[in-house]
Amino acid sequence: MKILVCITHVPDTTSKINFINNQTKFDTTGVQFIIGPYDDYALARAVELKESSGATVTVLNVGLAETEPTLRKALAIGADDAVRVNADPTDSFFVAKQIVEHAKAVKYDLILMGRESIDYNSGVVHALVGEMLNMPSVSPVMKLEITGNQAKLSREIEGGKEHVEVNLPFVAGCQEPIAEWKIPNMRGIMSARTKPLKVVEPASVDSPVKLERFELPPPKGAVKLIPADKVSELVDLLKNEARVI
Amino acid sequence: MKILVFVETAEGKVKKTSLEAVCYAKNMGGEVVALALGEADKAELEALGKYGAAKVLHADDKRLNQGVIQAYSSAIAKAMGDEQADILVLGGSTLGTPVAARVAVRVDAGIVTNVVSAPEQVDGGLKLKKSIYTGKAFAWMVLTSAKKVIVLRKNAATAVENGTPASVTAYAVDLKDSDFAARITSSEKATGEVLLPEANIVVSGGRGMKGPENWGMLEELARTLHAATGCSKPVSDMGWRPHHEHVGQTGVKVAPQLYIAVGISGAIQHLAGVNSSKYIVVINKDPEAPFFKAADYGIVGDAFEVIPKLTEAIKAAK
Repeated sequence: MKILVCITHVPDTTSKINFINNQTKFDTTGVQFIIGPYDDYALARAVELKESSGATVTVLNVGLAETEPTLRKALAIGADDAVRVNADPTDSFFVAKQIVEHAKAVKYDLILMGRESIDYNSGVVHALVGEMLNMPSVSPVMKLEITGNQAKLSREIEGGKEHVEVNLPFVAGCQEPIAEWKIPNMRGIMSARTKPLKVVEPASVDSPVKLERFELPPPKGAVKLIPADKVSELVDLLKNEARVI
Repeated sequence: MKILVFVETAEGKVKKTSLEAVCYAKNMGGEVVALALGEADKAELEALGKYGAAKVLHADDKRLNQGVIQAYSSAIAKAMGDEQADILVLGGSTLGTPVAARVAVRVDAGIVTNVVSAPEQVDGGLKLKKSIYTGKAFAWMVLTSAKKVIVLRKNAATAVENGTPASVTAYAVDLKDSDFAARITSSEKATGEVLLPEANIVVSGGRGMKGPENWGMLEELARTLHAATGCSKPVSDMGWRPHHEHVGQTGVKVAPQLYIAVGISGAIQHLAGVNSSKYIVVINKDPEAPFFKAADYGIVGDAFEVIPKLTEAIKAAK
């Protein structure tokens, strides 16, 4: 079984968000980059499937040279080889097209990724890729078991979950608790240095979406503290000041 | 300009985010056609006219009672063609968002999701404001394609009744077996409760609640406020509460009018899931809890004493 895991290279979840160049560029000053947390779950499940059933795991990122440490980390976690599509991932449609170009040539049995990236949060790449490859797509996937050619999954729905059966190949947008995040061990880190990391040039795509600029929300005012023995004051504020109850 | 709105139903009832989507489309101008899939309450569908739909198409097909991503995509893409619609508008959800993406590919449209406010017509396209970095920032995007798919975040428009009921027309979808390649075999769903992503008020508990056996008082407060219950990541990780109640960076992102956090310290990953709330109340016995910095109102105190009193005070004020 051949598994493709698509990962994003995103600011750590604790990062302070700022923009430069007239609010058109993300300020990377002092920001740590990580594998997207949802993608990390997808990768962990792929590595488990490799360990249990001998799958091969290829990890792919659409990004410029600075994303290579993130790909090396995925190799250290257990992916066999890596592909970097050498382009700035400007929007979901562009990224989906690059994944599809790669996947058409290799014919994977399973394409996994996170339910969404934590920078743009669009949550559509798995569905775009599924449609472009004419494969089913399932998201957000919380459980994934594979027997032979068939997969049993659980997907989250508002207020619960659904159990789904689907034949390979398909695309899944993953989230917890599909697997536990894996921390690379020393052997993984050493072997990652020599695992293949291929850089390919992007396919030309005319994207229908253009970024104009970023904006930060207005800063929050100071908290109003109410004494613990005067909860009725809180009720009064919620009712007459905030008007939310 | 013709706008198709995909209306999502749950147990036959139209979701609030879908009413918002109909109003959003109406505010854009042009003719609004609503499309509902699966068995649904006819009066609910007719009422979509009051929110701005000129007509309502209804594919009353049992196979669509469950939200099958591919089948829904095929049905909506067909309706886009049949109605010659330029724009598709819908409310984002675990079903709506992936469906919208697949439709966008089918009809050769650009797509923007998590849209938070009304669009602006600009040279070369439609300008949309979307939420990014898990609510920590916004991006202004311009959709330049002829056909457009707009997926809304909760509260992108206010659902207001203004017009008269619309007539409901039966709509024939032309589905293939391959549309059902992913088969939904069963589902587990909380019923009769307020759903977290849709709720106007959310009452959330963290590790400070000490154990699942203490959730009764939060549920009582939630019932009093007609609120949904949520929790922090450690709470769902420890299995105190189901995963679909986990609010945060890797869980549900909520945007209620009021978010009440009890015994949650306010790690940045949790704040990422709640920073679109209109008002935040924090109740925590630790005055240094970082959550207070993100709150509008706060009480420093023991949740086990404050919560029952708060519930009583709200009942008394009603």
